[in-house]
Amino acid sequence: MRKEKLVVIGNGMAGARAVEEVLARGGADAFDITMFGDEPYGNYNRIMLSNVLSGIQDTDEIYINPLDWYAENGITLHSGSPVVEIDRAARVVMSAAGVRADYDILLIATGSRPFMPPIENIRQTDGSLLPGVFGFRTLEDCEGIIASARRSKVAAVVGGGLLGLEAARGLMNHGCETHVIHQSGYLMNAQLDAEGGTILRRTMEAMGITIHVGKSTQAVLGAGRVEGLRFKDGGTLACDMLVVSAGIQPNVEIARRAGLTVERAIVVDNHMRCVDDRRVFAVGECAQHRGKVYGLVAPLWDQARVFADQVTGRNLDAQYVGSKLATKLKVMGVELASMGITDAAEPQDEVIQFSEPSRGTYKKLIVRDGRLVGGILMGDISKAAYLMQAFDRDSKLPEERLGLLFDLGTPAQKVTLDEMPGDQQICNCNGVTKEAIGACVAAGKKTTKGVMDATRAGMGCGSCKKLVGEVVEWFAGGAVEEDPSVHYYVPCIPMTKPELVEAVRAQGLKSVSSVFRALASGVEDAASKPALASLLITVWAGEYEDERDARFINDRVHANIQKDGTFSVVPEMPGGITTPADLIRIAQVAEKYNVPLVKLTGGQRIDLVGVSKEDLPKVWADLGMPSGHAYGKSYRTCKSCIGTDHCRFGLGDSMGLAQKIERRFRGVDSPAKLKLATAGCPRNCSEAMVKDIGAVAVGGDKWEIYVGGAAGAHVRKGDVLCTVDGEDAVMRITGRFMQYYREHAKWKERTYSFVERVGIERLRAVVAEDSDRIGEALDAAMQRTVDAASDPWQEAVRPRTANQFSDVLVAEAAQ
Amino acid sequence: MMPAAAGRIRVTNIAEIPLGEGRLVEVAGRHLAVFHTRDGVFATQPDCPHRQGPLADGLTGTGTVMCPLHDRIYDLRTGAGVNTDCSISVYPVTLAEDGTIELVAVTAELGA
Repeated sequence: MRKEKLVVIGNGMAGARAVEEVLARGGADAFDITMFGDEPYGNYNRIMLSNVLSGIQDTDEIYINPLDWYAENGITLHSGSPVVEIDRAARVVMSAAGVRADYDILLIATGSRPFMPPIENIRQTDGSLLPGVFGFRTLEDCEGIIASARRSKVAAVVGGGLLGLEAARGLMNHGCETHVIHQSGYLMNAQLDAEGGTILRRTMEAMGITIHVGKSTQAVLGAGRVEGLRFKDGGTLACDMLVVSAGIQPNVEIARRAGLTVERAIVVDNHMRCVDDRRVFAVGECAQHRGKVYGLVAPLWDQARVFADQVTGRNLDAQYVGSKLATKLKVMGVELASMGITDAAEPQDEVIQFSEPSRGTYKKLIVRDGRLVGGILMGDISKAAYLMQAFDRDSKLPEERLGLLFDLGTPAQKVTLDEMPGDQQICNCNGVTKEAIGACVAAGKKTTKGVMDATRAGMGCGSCKKLVGEVVEWFAGGAVEEDPSVHYYVPCIPMTKPELVEAVRAQGLKSVSSVFRALASGVEDAASKPALASLLITVWAGEYEDERDARFINDRVHANIQKDGTFSVVPEMPGGITTPADLIRIAQVAEKYNVPLVKLTGGQRIDLVGVSKEDLPKVWADLGMPSGHAYGKSYRTCKSCIGTDHCRFGLGDSMGLAQKIERRFRGVDSPAKLKLATAGCPRNCSEAMVKDIGAVAVGGDKWEIYVGGAAGAHVRKGDVLCTVDGEDAVMRITGRFMQYYREHAKWKERTYSFVERVGIERLRAVVAEDSDRIGEALDAAMQRTVDAASDPWQEAVRPRTANQFSDVLVAEAAQ
Repeated sequence: MMPAAAGRIRVTNIAEIPLGEGRLVEVAGRHLAVFHTRDGVFATQPDCPHRQGPLADGLTGTGTVMCPLHDRIYDLRTGAGVNTDCSISVYPVTLAEDGTIELVAVTAELGA
């Protein structure tokens, strides 16, 4: 049978999705597929551009189908080659590059471009945008915005809708003073009511974004480059760049020239077919169905399915009947979901509303005849999944209205998943149901990533990723063949950490090699050695039998290995406090050993980088300072601010406390590094709230203790464990928390994961309130560890192993 | 210094390398990473092919070494990568009764 020719104009999300749907219906056997795209890439997830702008994702991460995908599926792709003409009589399209392609079926998926409102001077005389003005639609726009933001002090965004706010948040991340100018009286007026918009404005302003509402922009100022904006009210704003996000304009010129019916966009019927030509279809933002043009992603997925069902003949009854609009805002720090209408429209409409502006929480539901016709959730969107589903399906709501807004009586997530019907959609972007995920898990995919790759759940806007993970876990948890190794402390011994501790204690295993012999048939696993050493030190403290080969190189030579095999040396500097004499000594050592780099660390110490292994003991001896432990899975450092002695705001002696903490806990091993800080007041200059453990003075000799904070690859504000009276109490609680963490955390599990896994409530109970009556035992175990700790740099004069600090042994010289 | 047996080059004595660890050794003008593990002695090329990490500073397992920079693991007997497509050169060494580690190789092979 001769294959038909399917030509797709547009290689964006709509075109690519439609082709995927066709392929999923066996379309590769029925069609030769040719695609034309303007942009010179494979297709990417446009929704994620705001994440690229914010720096959350790399460009590489947002590609949906890389160029290989086209080849693998036998698709001919002409990228960077826009189609300029459709000849419907001859059934052929022609591209700017001169490529001609015959078609039996033509799909137009040309999408849209940013609408540029008629603002004076926004364009140059040749029609191009004034330098410094950007739309926010393509990867190229995104890259342009990032490059420009790096050079700009002040950035303006015209348009306070969904995309405009996402852009503004991204610009903030690039350090720009950011302004949003919005014509309507409140933000996101298409998705919010006035009250919601006002609360959102407060939330955005609290992030440092300046919002101007009810303002319309008359002109761009500046000759040859953006210098500012002038508004209709006569006011002006100086800015270095401008992002315009004022809606979309469907790309329909080519369709119009081909004689197809075009109103706001290309008019299609319920099969996504153009009304004038049964061989021509349109989907996505360039299509108009029942008078509506959709600029969101979910309608596009539905349209692509109907198109594919029709052209492959798989389901000729398939019809697109329009989409109900529900959206989530993807702005860091704002949780917002909106669906349907925003204000009551009929006399019988019932409005259920809750508002707490100071916390940025706002919830509003509009119920008509017992069914949800509109809703806004801001601040707390825990009920969004359920409500969006009810809205989409037009299902009858329960009589108990309060339960629609809040989780009453805190039912566990487990119950919710148990009760969730199988056909409930988990991923709305890709239409993946709970059942589909279950089938995938049953077919052997045991990891969230495996399920995501196979079903594409969570691969659209990404907002359901967490839920997908929970559903996978729920299914996998019930499966008999669940791979238990994920719970093992080390992969080579089939035991969880508590089981392993039990076995180690029962059998008196005090060295790493004895653990391998007793529990792993004598087979040593290199990667597991430091993990086992850490566990044994915690269990046995001073009785641990130290085998140096179980240590990572850093812990054998007490310095941090660098990419060229040299090491970095960080002497102790408690609380970041030093003296002129110490600084002079450090400087002399750095000169004597030609240290290539002297660097201040984030932990308020001085790092001598690039010291050879052979020089390490000499450098330590000359420094005459203890190790700062800047290399191990252990207590690292305690930063501090100026505290009470000099600072006019200080409420507590943060420097003194930091020194006490360092002198007690230095050298204490732990499952992962521990970085601490003390702050003399809640201004938090030493960043104590984002440390593994932080103590913040709040006045009256009281300290708030934060745990589980992080400001590295992962950023998390710590949770308040408790507020205590006096420095002694800080020392005790710090020690208890550290010991509990040492005993219960997985290897390399930082406190920010540990605190979330165990739960701050549980930690408060155990550590602060001593609910399990283990406080004294924790104190005693920590005391044993502190007593067993010593300054490893003393090994400069007493090396522990042969050639411990040799760079190279020379064969002839060896004895 | 003990004379090397015929066709062999003396590398070092096992006492110079702590149990379970490796050391970088210069033999006949070339560098080798030499390991003293609980199941024998081994010698490999000195640098990891991935990013030139010093293999002698790596953690050893049974018949394996893991590069300290990015955790690439190699089989000490064959040189094959365990968790990587890279592989390394390995050199046959023997352990004499007096603890002498000797390289069974012609010098030219070291530079290969």
